[in-house]
Amino acid sequence: MSDELHRVVARLCEVFGPLRWSEFQGQTRVVIPREHLFAALKLLKEELGFDMLIDVTCVDYLYYPRPPAEGRFGLVYSLLDTKRNLRVFVRTFLNLPDLEVPSVVPLWEAANWLERELYDMFGIKFTGHPDLRRILLPEGVVDHPLRKDYPLQGRGERHNLPVITRAEG
Amino acid sequence: MAVDLPDNVLITKLEAIVNWCRKNSLWPMPFATACCGIELMAAGASRHDIARFGAEVFRFSPRQCDLMIVAGRVVMKMMPVLQRIWQQMHEPKWCISMGACASTGGVFDTYSVVQGIDRFIPVDMYVPGCPPRPEQLLQAILDLQEKIQREGTLLGREFDDPKRQLPVRALQEIPADRQELSAGKR
Repeated sequence: MSDELHRVVARLCEVFGPLRWSEFQGQTRVVIPREHLFAALKLLKEELGFDMLIDVTCVDYLYYPRPPAEGRFGLVYSLLDTKRNLRVFVRTFLNLPDLEVPSVVPLWEAANWLERELYDMFGIKFTGHPDLRRILLPEGVVDHPLRKDYPLQGRGERHNLPVITRAEG
Repeated sequence: MAVDLPDNVLITKLEAIVNWCRKNSLWPMPFATACCGIELMAAGASRHDIARFGAEVFRFSPRQCDLMIVAGRVVMKMMPVLQRIWQQMHEPKWCISMGACASTGGVFDTYSVVQGIDRFIPVDMYVPGCPPRPEQLLQAILDLQEKIQREGTLLGREFDDPKRQLPVRALQEIPADRQELSAGKR
């Protein structure tokens, strides 16, 4: 891990208290409690120079052999500093029924569709998002299919489509 | 009453000649959504040459077609589009479900993929394969031609057969234990 990344993590720990962080194969992960999430991302963008949001994604740790204690859903923000070529992964954990986190659209416009996809697939609600609608699934779907307790096989949402017979054709 | 007909006049039944006309000029509507569409294109190209059977005029407007070839998997978001296109086609019309995905959902037994288009629109001919060879599609067209010649009527009365109004289930229903699993979620 480079000295610059060390300074980034040290600065985050200085502001938000001792944080759990780790490094694996050149990737630096920092776990930030959800109450500090927006402030930490804002700090990373405005003070520490992480000007590009690569991805926002989520992992459902249900049925995981050793699930994280903090919560079932692990939210991942992948950030890039385009000037110094530094990458950092910011993680936060959520649990049912409280799946609300502040939207980061005010910081990075790129978060708009990424957060809509997470809302579509996992049901995570981003407060302050300008247009939180489903992005992939059709309207009328009520569930969130990338959750691990969603049935793999079964009728799914297909049963409510109309059937056209020969006479109606 | 004896009528003297010249040698170049043939006598047939009206329905037989109408069916003969219909079966030899099927205009396919290619509803190609996946890799089966590539085989469909191969069937239309020079090597396999679907034109030998009078079905070479692929039209991309449903109003000019009478044979829908559904080639590839259909997701539930696409199903209303497929149904709209089917309804826009003129009678008499037929449907070929090409490949495992269109017929049964194939390996895509997931929340989003329709498990056989025959659950939602009527299908006349199924082509197995993943994807089927162009020869298999040509065989399906030949079989469909035979079917049209055999049972076709001038006014399309064969479509009113109550047996053809039943929605066919290509895939068996979910086993009871799995049903509980999916019902518990809802």
